[in-house]
Amino acid sequence: MTTSALFGRLTLDAIPYQNPIIMGTVGTVTILGVLLVAWLTYQRRWAYLWNEWFTSVDHKRIGVMYIIFSVIMMLRGFADAIMMRTHQALAQGMGQGYLPPEHYDQIFSAHGTIMIIFVAMPFFIGLMNFVVPLQIGARDVAYPFLNSVSFWLTVASGLLVMVSLAVGDFSQAGWSGYPPYSELKFSPSTGVDYWMWSLQLGGIGTLVTGINFFVTILRMRAPGMSLMKMPIFTWTIFVTTVLIMFSFPVLTVTLALLAMDRYLDMHFFTNDFGGNQMMFANLFWIWGHPEVYIVVLPAFGIFSEVVSTFSKKRLFGYASMVYATIAIAILSFVVWLHHFFTMGSGANVNAFFGIATMIIAVPTGVKVFNWLFTMYRGRIEFTTAMMWSIGFIITFAVGGMTGVLLAVPGADFMLHNSEFLVAHFHNMLIPGALFGYFAGYNFWFPKMFGFRLDEKWGKRSFWSWLVGFYLAFMPLYALGFMGMPRRMSHYDNPYWQPYLIVALLGTFLIAFGIFSQIMQLAVSIRQRHALRDRTGDIWGSHSLEWSIPSPPAFYNFAKTPVVEDLYAFTYMKENGINPRATAPFAPIHMPRNSSIGVFLGLFTFTLGFGLVWHMWWLVVGSLFAILSLLVMRSTDDNVDYELSPQQVAVYEAEAYQSANQASGQHAADLATQG
Amino acid sequence: MRKLIPWMMGLVVNLLYTSAFADQGGFWGSNWAVLDPKGPVAAAEKHLILTAFGLMLIVVIPVIVMTIVFAWHYRADNKAAKYDPKWDNSHTIEWIVWSVPAVIILVLGTIVWQTSHELSPEKPIASTNKTLEVEVVSMDWKWLFIYPEQGVASVNDLVIPANTPVHFKITSDSVMNSFFIPQLGGQIYAMAGMQTNLNLFANETGVYRGMDAMFNGEGFSGMSFPVTVATNDQFNNWINQVHAEKTDLNVTQLRSLEVPSDHVKPIHFATVTPYLFESVIMKYMGNDASTLKAMASYCSPNRLVNLAQGH
Repeated sequence: MTTSALFGRLTLDAIPYQNPIIMGTVGTVTILGVLLVAWLTYQRRWAYLWNEWFTSVDHKRIGVMYIIFSVIMMLRGFADAIMMRTHQALAQGMGQGYLPPEHYDQIFSAHGTIMIIFVAMPFFIGLMNFVVPLQIGARDVAYPFLNSVSFWLTVASGLLVMVSLAVGDFSQAGWSGYPPYSELKFSPSTGVDYWMWSLQLGGIGTLVTGINFFVTILRMRAPGMSLMKMPIFTWTIFVTTVLIMFSFPVLTVTLALLAMDRYLDMHFFTNDFGGNQMMFANLFWIWGHPEVYIVVLPAFGIFSEVVSTFSKKRLFGYASMVYATIAIAILSFVVWLHHFFTMGSGANVNAFFGIATMIIAVPTGVKVFNWLFTMYRGRIEFTTAMMWSIGFIITFAVGGMTGVLLAVPGADFMLHNSEFLVAHFHNMLIPGALFGYFAGYNFWFPKMFGFRLDEKWGKRSFWSWLVGFYLAFMPLYALGFMGMPRRMSHYDNPYWQPYLIVALLGTFLIAFGIFSQIMQLAVSIRQRHALRDRTGDIWGSHSLEWSIPSPPAFYNFAKTPVVEDLYAFTYMKENGINPRATAPFAPIHMPRNSSIGVFLGLFTFTLGFGLVWHMWWLVVGSLFAILSLLVMRSTDDNVDYELSPQQVAVYEAEAYQSANQASGQHAADLATQG
Repeated sequence: MRKLIPWMMGLVVNLLYTSAFADQGGFWGSNWAVLDPKGPVAAAEKHLILTAFGLMLIVVIPVIVMTIVFAWHYRADNKAAKYDPKWDNSHTIEWIVWSVPAVIILVLGTIVWQTSHELSPEKPIASTNKTLEVEVVSMDWKWLFIYPEQGVASVNDLVIPANTPVHFKITSDSVMNSFFIPQLGGQIYAMAGMQTNLNLFANETGVYRGMDAMFNGEGFSGMSFPVTVATNDQFNNWINQVHAEKTDLNVTQLRSLEVPSDHVKPIHFATVTPYLFESVIMKYMGNDASTLKAMASYCSPNRLVNLAQGH
């Protein structure tokens, strides 16, 4: 491959202008982007966005931005899904579908990468950003600036994946990128590089977030909140951060080794020169399996909060839940080999990992029963958040069952690499992660924006997703028993086709579910005055985030709350303690906004792009810029400020007033009428 | 809309096509391959799937029933249901929810230990009949089968006698693949520079589907092959027929097979150069001429001398 000094390997041929599907997408995205930019300019919103959002180090703002990013990526990931389903429904026998294999292969690789790394991860990181400091009575995270850096690194790496659509191609090696297929010899194009660098750079952002929240939870809890008085969601996040800190460095090293293979002609995972492809599979899943629990445990925390709130009860077996979470986390590190029982590791090894995997089913089962007994003797309100949770429990039970099946090596020999496997992990991740995030989104939305989401469209989205899920994935279980391998861009067997068509219909139903969610948001914004949360405790819940107005003031708590009970806010309500802080206030120490995070993200993106295309000047320049920014930040003393007690008093009054705006407006209207 | 109409028409045509006639070319074996075993290994694995499935139902069915019953019974407007907001612990329930799944997993775990050994792919299958050796090389995107004892080879055409244990030695001449004949037994990876072993046994004659289960690039979809389980006589006839073929499988032929191609029609080779399978493995072990040459350029004798002299 020829390289030029200026553009590296990048030539005009890298733009797939002969492909109408890609160019159509790129064109649409470009037009929408231009329209958005024009609208923002016309509305003179840039300064507001820059000052209040992009450069913000406020965990609440960063949390919301993470969720918005995740939702945008979800639309891309789902577009991939519907393309694959449509193609597979058509590509039988004489039908060739509409995607050539090399395009289809990129789509399933992108779908997996995006859904795990750029949808699931940022969604729960967004929720935890917003919720955790509020739940533990803190004013921000331990390292607010690093939080901004993490976010912009995630955006930069997501952008890298998106750019691969228009410039060059994406990996065809699946989301797990197994060598030797992902080695230069078999994948010479830049696709694998896009995959590798976006995972690598995004992974660094995630690792930093993990450290940040680990320290935040350990060091910044309100007085009185011992570990066993932490809300369950904070507990699951705490355990998740430990998983992140232990597992992500493995990914970093693994990808670095692969990068050395691809860039420096080394042979860690190649076929020859002593490379060992099995090593990659082991390392990848030593990260990859804990990664599954990294995205699932936070959802377990959300379900616990939602089920106890809407059952109007305390969580059943809190201690049991905590221990089960810890047990799952520890076990998640000793099961990685179940992803490749068929590598021929021998009976003892397979049996060990099979049994270890099954043992995870015990603490997971305990959690499910604890949610059920939280509902038992409750007064269940079927809000959208609760519906997502109930839908989860039933669907997850099915997925857990197929998971235990796959954990039996002898059974896995038959079902591995098949559509059964595809059905299984979607059956875990869609209810086990996504439904949880949707429940959390419905649950905490009023806290974020001061008004709740529309229930009618919320229920519609739930039912479409649930029924759509069963239609889309139950046929895949059947196809697994029919012996259909995953990732086929074409097949001869006519008996598979009806099942794939049903699966496609399920995907359409899910599309309607996503449409309903967009409608839900639009309708809710339109009716925000009617849906306003005036109390700050719209659901009658237990933990500290509900003890302050919705949305909270930027410093969260005017005075740090004192925690007496596991259900800190319920305790206040029951004992007639008014959570509203009163004067005299003490000065509040706050971090200053910083644009360095945005620029770090920008140069991380150019670094990744330079690496992908071998533009070495860009790589060196970006690294230099990143280093300079870090030095600049480290030598900057002006990173924080103090709110005076008088200012606190003013902001505090404002926060309560804006939360009561609707009722205030109503009173004013009555006064004018009178 | 312009794209949608042809697309919808395509769907209808495909459905009609499916219901009208099944394309028998390139399609072999049972519809429910995993549930329709034709040998003891596959039968044991099917039995295992069903046993584990049954054991799991002991937990899964109560969970689903309890979810629906609790959600309905304790709905907010059913004021007749008992409400106990502070009830958040019960040692009896805790004891049950930890121990019942634990017992089931204990049972399943025991089954896992036993079956992992019984169904271990490298475990030879006991039989009065002599085991047939077949060497399998996965290539881009086809399968090469070498019968070392018979001295013949084929591409994308596996013929084995019924009621005879078959020992497959498997390697890859390319990326990682997975050798899988669902109706005879589970799959195992094929990896370059390494040999995996799979023992299968067919007890019913017929044609079954064999495939590559692991994605390996653009030709992945065109890498399945028919597995013909024949009687002993038929098998011997087939071997004789192959012996009568014109082409031989030697190193040159092997190199030409390495050129990527998919949907490859069966090819037969009358004779096979001995130790060809081993040579494919050794190719990735540093004994291949091109590898040695490349290594020489990394470590030229001069450079080694320089290194030895401390330069």
